[in-house]
Amino acid sequence: MIPAPFTYRRASSVEEALELAAELGEDAKFLAGGHSLLPMMKLRFAVPAYLIDLGRVTELSYIRDEGTYVAIGALTRHHDVNTSPVLGTDVPLLAHAAGQVGDPQIRHRGTIGGSVAHADAASDLPAVLLALDATFIIRGPEGASRPVPATEFFKSIFETALEPGELLTEIQVPKPARPGAWSFQKFTKRAIDWAIVGVAVQLSPGGAAVALINMGLTPLRAAAVESALASGAPVADAAALAAAGTNAGSDIHASAQFREHLARVLVRRALEEARAGR
Amino acid sequence: MSDEVSKVSLTVNAREVTADVEDRTLLVHFLRDVANLTATNIGCETTSCGACTVLLDGESVKSCTVLALQADGREVTTLEGLAGAEGEMSPVQKAFHENHGLQCGYCTPGFVMAITSLLRENPSPTEAEVRAGLEGNICRCTGYHNIVKAALAASSASSASATSAEAAQ
Repeated sequence: MIPAPFTYRRASSVEEALELAAELGEDAKFLAGGHSLLPMMKLRFAVPAYLIDLGRVTELSYIRDEGTYVAIGALTRHHDVNTSPVLGTDVPLLAHAAGQVGDPQIRHRGTIGGSVAHADAASDLPAVLLALDATFIIRGPEGASRPVPATEFFKSIFETALEPGELLTEIQVPKPARPGAWSFQKFTKRAIDWAIVGVAVQLSPGGAAVALINMGLTPLRAAAVESALASGAPVADAAALAAAGTNAGSDIHASAQFREHLARVLVRRALEEARAGR
Repeated sequence: MSDEVSKVSLTVNAREVTADVEDRTLLVHFLRDVANLTATNIGCETTSCGACTVLLDGESVKSCTVLALQADGREVTTLEGLAGAEGEMSPVQKAFHENHGLQCGYCTPGFVMAITSLLRENPSPTEAEVRAGLEGNICRCTGYHNIVKAALAASSASSASATSAEAAQ
């Protein structure tokens, strides 16, 4: 099984990537680690005429401590996020979740920016970054940067705030005030499967951030759970609201009703684990 | 859009392999059909089974989900590249042999490469870490028990305890 024919172009810098995107237009796709795009191309779900390989754009592979936040280059691999000492200390929820993506081989290739830009609602990291109130830095064809908060980035399945010709360059993750008060829960049938439902929780002195994987067309914040907790509801009562406002689908893996059940159970477990801390 | 062709040059098992291939050529096909190294198997072709696992710059990857062009200029190690100059087996290969870590053998090259990469990153894994580290490989004979045993036997924890046992005697 191989992709349909396409023309391969390689960028060696952000500038070159943006120039190529401008030149080749909407028939071109950026290729990061390729672990979402190439499988879709084999199945002809995606048939780009051009691939712009970003694999040599090393300037976008970094994890930098910026004091109040951690800046992560878009081409940083899951393996490097997972094993980063800075993230392990300051944002352990993200470091842990990156180690739950796919399997070791996939984590040696897949990138955080690729996962975010691909925007599969069943992916782990978009929901984790939503729970962490991350900001995505986007570079446009003119070279100007614009920041987009995670809450405004994910528009629909495989659809984001990225406009044609734009490139996601950096993910900025604020350091949680209570880094150890987190939980990541993922329900799968087999180890490497996408989450049937997943939950990311980060607690802060101001409240709880609860994000859901695969409970709609985008990653979602469980707003009803968050506001119930803010008004003092016990965990069990708040978790019972986990499916409120969601739009889970039914497929070969699970019915919408089962997904809603899983969301309630996993949110309760996540809140209990996050409260117990580490 | 045409069937674009580009030059790809890889160092495979310390040997330079250069060829003009279609842009869409996957690394696994380059290894098998161009480099004529057929130990690397094609299983699911969907990044699930791990039979096509090779090392790219020393790290395990699934070669069915990497374009040959993405690996251009890099170092690839396949199962054929593990044995020493005199044909002596690598520690992982030896451990598979001694622990009967295979049944039909189809998944074996992928498992050996995945374990080789795992032990480079974590030379003394626990059994749980071995099992988690092999999530990307499927053995359809379900021969996991001896595969995990082989991985543990090849780890430095095992050789360290063997050394201390010898020292105690």
